[in-house]
Amino acid sequence: MSQTCVEVRSEWSIVAARQAGRAVAKEIGFGSVDQARITTAISELARNIYLYAKVGEICIEKVVDANKVGVKVSASDDGPGIKDLRRVMEDGYTTSGGLGAGLPGVKRLMDEFFIDSKEGEGTKIHAVKWLR
Amino acid sequence: MRIPILKLKEYLLVSVQIELDDQTALQFQEDILNKIHEEGSRGVVIDLTSVDFIDSFIAKVLGDVVDMSNLMGAKVVLTGIQPAVAITLVDMGILMHGVPTALDLEQGLEKLQLELEG
Repeated sequence: MSQTCVEVRSEWSIVAARQAGRAVAKEIGFGSVDQARITTAISELARNIYLYAKVGEICIEKVVDANKVGVKVSASDDGPGIKDLRRVMEDGYTTSGGLGAGLPGVKRLMDEFFIDSKEGEGTKIHAVKWLR
Repeated sequence: MRIPILKLKEYLLVSVQIELDDQTALQFQEDILNKIHEEGSRGVVIDLTSVDFIDSFIAKVLGDVVDMSNLMGAKVVLTGIQPAVAITLVDMGILMHGVPTALDLEQGLEKLQLELEG
């Protein structure tokens, strides 16, 4: 299966990204709880792009590794980057007036989580959920 | 898109049946407070049976609606939160402390009645 990508540049594209994610998760065979986890994670990542970088991209793809399948969500932008990676991974830390649950939440909702960010260059995140 | 708000005696009833984008959620927050003001409602039930996920933004909007309505003197109860939604919210560390909830619309109305009479 090929990659589905959604360009994030408005609030509406947050909806488009999570709908695309739910469709892929359903197709792979995830149950309703994991579908909700994946959809929520995509929503958090897409909103972060919209809030902080304004423009970016969310890509969703099926991944196969040895004897397991899963869904990989990638978020990338060329925005301002994250100054203090450790702090953004703390529960309750926010610079937008939100709940500060976004990135630490995504990490807990998914099975694998990688973040790479450089100030002034942008942020790349990918997260994988494996089908159990 | 607007979420319809129904009046039932001194209560307002809302059933969220569309996918909530940010703008719709914020519009809803404003609409419900205006409706409480117009109708002099004492209680609100927001039914989330058809909502299949809640992210941190929507959770914040819903929690704020409860606090804002409280300030105005109306009680809000959230009902029908799906298992997948409850699991995801707790996974995220969003516990919605202090937000009154009930299993379904019927129990939500009972809860409001008890609170307002008691």
